[in-house]
Amino acid sequence: MFRRERSIPLRGSAAALCNNLSVLQLPVRNLTHFGVVHGPSAQLLSAAPEGVPLAQRQLQAKEGAGVSPPLITQVHWCVLPFRVLLVLTSHRGIQMYESDGSVMVYWHALDAGDASLVQAVFARGIAASGHFICVGMWSGRVLVFDIPAKGSNIVLSEELAGHQTPVTDIATEPAQGQDCIADVVTADDSGLLCVWRSGPEFKLLTRIPGFGVPCPSVQLWQGTIAAGYGNGQVRLYEASTGTLHVQIDAHARAICALDLAPELLSAAEDTFVHIWKLSRSPEGGYVEVEHCHGECVPDTQVCGARFCDPSGSSFAVTGYDLAEILRFSSM
Amino acid sequence: MSVRTLPLLFLNLGGEMLYILDQRLRAQNIPGDKARKVLNDIISTMFNRKFMEELFKPQELYSKKALRTVYDRLAHASIMRLNQASMDKLYDLMTMAFKYQVLLCPRPKDVLLVTFNHLDAIKGFIQDSPTILHQVDETFQQLTETYGGLSAGEFQLIRQTLLIFFQDLHIRVSIFLKDKVQNSNGRFVLPVSGPLPWGTKVPGLIRTFNNKGEEVRKAEFKHGGSYVAAPKEGSFELYGDRVLKLGTNMYSVNRPVETHMSGASENLAAQTQESIAPNPLAKEELNLLARLIGGMEIKKPSGPEPGFRLNLFTTDEEEEQAALTRPEELSYEVINIQAAQDQQTNEELARIMGEFEILDQPRRSASKGDDLLAMMDEL
Repeated sequence: MFRRERSIPLRGSAAALCNNLSVLQLPVRNLTHFGVVHGPSAQLLSAAPEGVPLAQRQLQAKEGAGVSPPLITQVHWCVLPFRVLLVLTSHRGIQMYESDGSVMVYWHALDAGDASLVQAVFARGIAASGHFICVGMWSGRVLVFDIPAKGSNIVLSEELAGHQTPVTDIATEPAQGQDCIADVVTADDSGLLCVWRSGPEFKLLTRIPGFGVPCPSVQLWQGTIAAGYGNGQVRLYEASTGTLHVQIDAHARAICALDLAPELLSAAEDTFVHIWKLSRSPEGGYVEVEHCHGECVPDTQVCGARFCDPSGSSFAVTGYDLAEILRFSSM
Repeated sequence: MSVRTLPLLFLNLGGEMLYILDQRLRAQNIPGDKARKVLNDIISTMFNRKFMEELFKPQELYSKKALRTVYDRLAHASIMRLNQASMDKLYDLMTMAFKYQVLLCPRPKDVLLVTFNHLDAIKGFIQDSPTILHQVDETFQQLTETYGGLSAGEFQLIRQTLLIFFQDLHIRVSIFLKDKVQNSNGRFVLPVSGPLPWGTKVPGLIRTFNNKGEEVRKAEFKHGGSYVAAPKEGSFELYGDRVLKLGTNMYSVNRPVETHMSGASENLAAQTQESIAPNPLAKEELNLLARLIGGMEIKKPSGPEPGFRLNLFTTDEEEEQAALTRPEELSYEVINIQAAQDQQTNEELARIMGEFEILDQPRRSASKGDDLLAMMDEL
């Protein structure tokens, strides 16, 4: 059972995007950082354990040509071996900052090159893998940036070609040490999932087709891929083989966010947040799922949801038009 | 965001505008032939071929202020006049209605069905005018061509673009409050029951498969809502059962519609901030607007047909009161734009504005030759 905790007020309401909440846990400093996209700006704030807001900062999308100010698509903290960077993607490019958002260390402008007149140009989907940061594009390409231990000498290392439609989300987990272990999953608007092994050269291991239903959110944990789809389904796959193991008719509207921590959190536009327990079957060792808890956030089109601690005993939620971060913790 | 959103935004807002005008024309007992003329003139201006051509060009959404200018022109395309307070209220009602419809669309693609509902109703207003009917059918065709082949992902982007446009608008609308679709804090009710989107299964089932792909377990969980599968998919044909009720005329029953301005939005600070910040790209937006409005080809009223003023409020005193008490943050005023360096653009705009003959406007000093900039400043 979960109970509602004190909300954290936001300067601006959350935009109707997917994966619109990033959380950076800093247990050593007894702080949690939150990042939410409002539209042309994103808000970062840090809070103490009880949800008391301590500091906040607003970041703007870098200007460019166009009729209206550029919109931000996602904000996400990337935890790398020696540093944490905050990455912001927009319709103009990719901005990377030191983790508190104080200094921009890198700017990559999008090349609208082959985009046709009717295509929207943007970057979306952010994840850290080892000392790389992967960012998805409207074209389906995934840019891989090599990040030094400190400083701003960030280099575009590779451009992955696996998707034909706009990338929606990217998930990673630390490589398990063995040879063929998948540690990066990318998802797109057609529902296609590409499973990769990171390295100086990324290798595409397998593809899981989506049949036209978008996959807005994907997570990867201990070799299991959790994918949320536009028709409200959550599916769990074995990352190394792409085998489907669990299919949940989880929500009544499109899923907008997932988190995996060891529990699975799913949030959708139907106002519901569900928590699922994952386990391994004794016979085949494949993943199994059990529903733990469902929370209705009344009259709120949820757009972001994350666990706030490593054990999954608390989570935070953002909603379209809502100028606060809702918090829940288990009793 | 998506560069294909403007036609959907314009047509649906236009549809809502016609529903409201139709209701007010009847409430104010405007003679049938005058009322029909007003609706015919507005509809034929809206669906003018040149205008539609400009509208359907891939482009970013205009700002709320710029879009408001288009509707101001449209509402004055006939012998009817609206005072600023009434125009403000009209625009409030239009935007909140379409925001509601977008938010409650089960699937992102359903916004196309909402648009078709508006077009179906518009055809009902102009049944005796085959020329205008043909224009509307052509627009239908264009909608099908533009949106018929889009993927679910592209519709999701369109939906997100529309919702960003409507972000932070929480004006309370009496008819919504009465029907319990809007809460007293201005937020819309999102029901957790009813028909599901076409293509979504009833939540509650967990299926587990083994390595060979065989289903080994089926379990149920309590999902908290009370949903039923959609009976059938709405029709995207020229004629057909749309199934979805969103976008149909909710003003059919003669009910007075009031809007509440006070305490409408908690994010007034955020809204004002965006309004005050100077917009260096206003000139480019004006260029686009000039092209769009230029395509409107508003006919000069022929003969000595007397105009009349439509009031969106129940009495003239109410209208005056509304004008005085409208909160600053909700004003649709365009910021005083610096005189454009580009004399050529101004001349073009002046020429377009010069073609409009504005009758019976004591409050406005507009006369032939006034440029669009000045006109927008007065809004």
